[in-house]
Amino acid sequence: MNWRTVRAIAKKDLLEVRQNRIAIWSILGVSALFSVGIPLLIGLLPFDTGPSGGDLGPLEALTALMPAAHQDLPIGARIVVLMLGYFLAPLFLMIPLMVTAIVGAESFVGERERRTLEGLLYIPADDLDLYAGKVVAGAVPAILATALNFSAYAVVVNLVSAPLVGGFWFPTPTALVLAAWIGPAIALLGVSGSVLVSTRVETFLEANQLTGMLSMLIVAMVVGQGTGLLVLSLPVLLLFGIVIYAVDIVLVRLGAALFSRDRLMARA
Amino acid sequence: MTAAIAVDGLARAFGPVQAVDGVSFQVEPGEVFGLLGPNGAGKTTLIRLLAGVLLPTAGSARVLGLDPTREGPAVRQRCGVLTEMPAVYERLSARQNLWFAAEVFDVPVPEVTRRVDHLLGEFGLGERADEPVGGFSKGMKQRLAIARALVHNPEVLFLDEPTAGLDPVASRQVHDLVDTIREEGRTVVLCTHRLVEAEALCDRVGVLSRGRLAALGTVRELGERLLAASPVTLTFLEPPGEAVVRAIAGVRGVSIEGVLGRSIEIAAPEDESIAGAIQVAVATGGRLIAAGRREHTLEEVYFALQGDVT
Repeated sequence: MNWRTVRAIAKKDLLEVRQNRIAIWSILGVSALFSVGIPLLIGLLPFDTGPSGGDLGPLEALTALMPAAHQDLPIGARIVVLMLGYFLAPLFLMIPLMVTAIVGAESFVGERERRTLEGLLYIPADDLDLYAGKVVAGAVPAILATALNFSAYAVVVNLVSAPLVGGFWFPTPTALVLAAWIGPAIALLGVSGSVLVSTRVETFLEANQLTGMLSMLIVAMVVGQGTGLLVLSLPVLLLFGIVIYAVDIVLVRLGAALFSRDRLMARA
Repeated sequence: MTAAIAVDGLARAFGPVQAVDGVSFQVEPGEVFGLLGPNGAGKTTLIRLLAGVLLPTAGSARVLGLDPTREGPAVRQRCGVLTEMPAVYERLSARQNLWFAAEVFDVPVPEVTRRVDHLLGEFGLGERADEPVGGFSKGMKQRLAIARALVHNPEVLFLDEPTAGLDPVASRQVHDLVDTIREEGRTVVLCTHRLVEAEALCDRVGVLSRGRLAALGTVRELGERLLAASPVTLTFLEPPGEAVVRAIAGVRGVSIEGVLGRSIEIAAPEDESIAGAIQVAVATGGRLIAAGRREHTLEEVYFALQGDVT
């Protein structure tokens, strides 16, 4: 593989995204909402700081996920820990999906819409390098954005909840696995999906509709955990990650195998 | 000498449409070769096949001795392509566009800055090198696209409709650039439907019609092959009298096409008839100062061909 070409394609796509103000403001806006706005709102709700213990009703079973030190906190503090540490943490997995959807717009379908695809196909890179460049262009910012958002989320969560919980407590082990193990897997899933789709549809909107469906996966995780149908324990998350990485590998290989300059050029 | 481009029975179909149909020709190194034809004749498809970004359904081609189908990256590394649309990245600056091209065409890293700066200067883009290209005029975008096609010093340059949509001044600039490229000894394949442009720039032309090569040669060769001999103009010192005109009309194999001021235009396919016309013109008192056969224009050749193929 010619890494200079891969890097140049990725750099070019990222420069284009950087010049796209709507894309940048979308990423910043959604990031601020998920990583700062929502935890701030929940942390500042007037939760009870009364005596420790008490029954959380239908959520009581989920307290088993919490570290022993948190299980004896007052009801209000336990609700905050459950919401910020367990229910909402999977939500920031939306960030890599959003970034990949936006950068995916710079992928093949976006190039076709902006009438630059033909010029790109004339570069001397072979098909694999061209495809890899587009995948790297989506994966790197998505993984970086996930890491930055997770860090920001951790800071805000600790700042707003420390008085209730009695100190800094985030990230929990499961949240750390979500960010470091599931986050990159989801980023790669979004990228491989969006680049693959982008080679086969005619418009950016079609590509976004299809890749947007992946976000349903995240919503399902949040809802599943919130309703008690799915408990994102460490083993579950590790297994879930393995499954997503396997799907990633299949999608990247499938995308590279199906990538055809001839087909793209015939429709350019 | 090995041909820069050798095409043999090349064909490509898109479903039921035969875009290129059994085309064969050769382009010599350093030649400016024109591909003419109306929209949809197959010119762009032919370039795409030669650059190895489309695969042929039949036939073969060699570009600089390489097979575009199997050695596409190597072919593209040694060729530059100006696409019909400039296809420049409008959110990036001219400098960033050229940098990207230099990187992907593997220009040696220490040379990139010098090469990019040189091209920006040579193509008159230096002053606005760091502005987004979206704000450029069409002519500037086209100049940038040509500069990009040259960033890796290609040996063969494919120019697809290089002056489409440009005003006369910008078109002239592009023509000057093609002349410069020719002087540098590079091989150029120029796709155009502008006949004046092809006539001015091309050493030879191939005329495509519905995917087939309808004619191939220099304008003179095609004119001689496809058209009746062009008229001969006899020019006199003063307007010729009626006796002179009548005498010329009486020469065997000569007919008068027109009399205009000091000139008589005659149709005379044989040189013998021209000699006879000159002889009688002088004998009847005509003060002849020049006689010459006008060359056929590419336009005449082209329309004769279109008449043949329609």
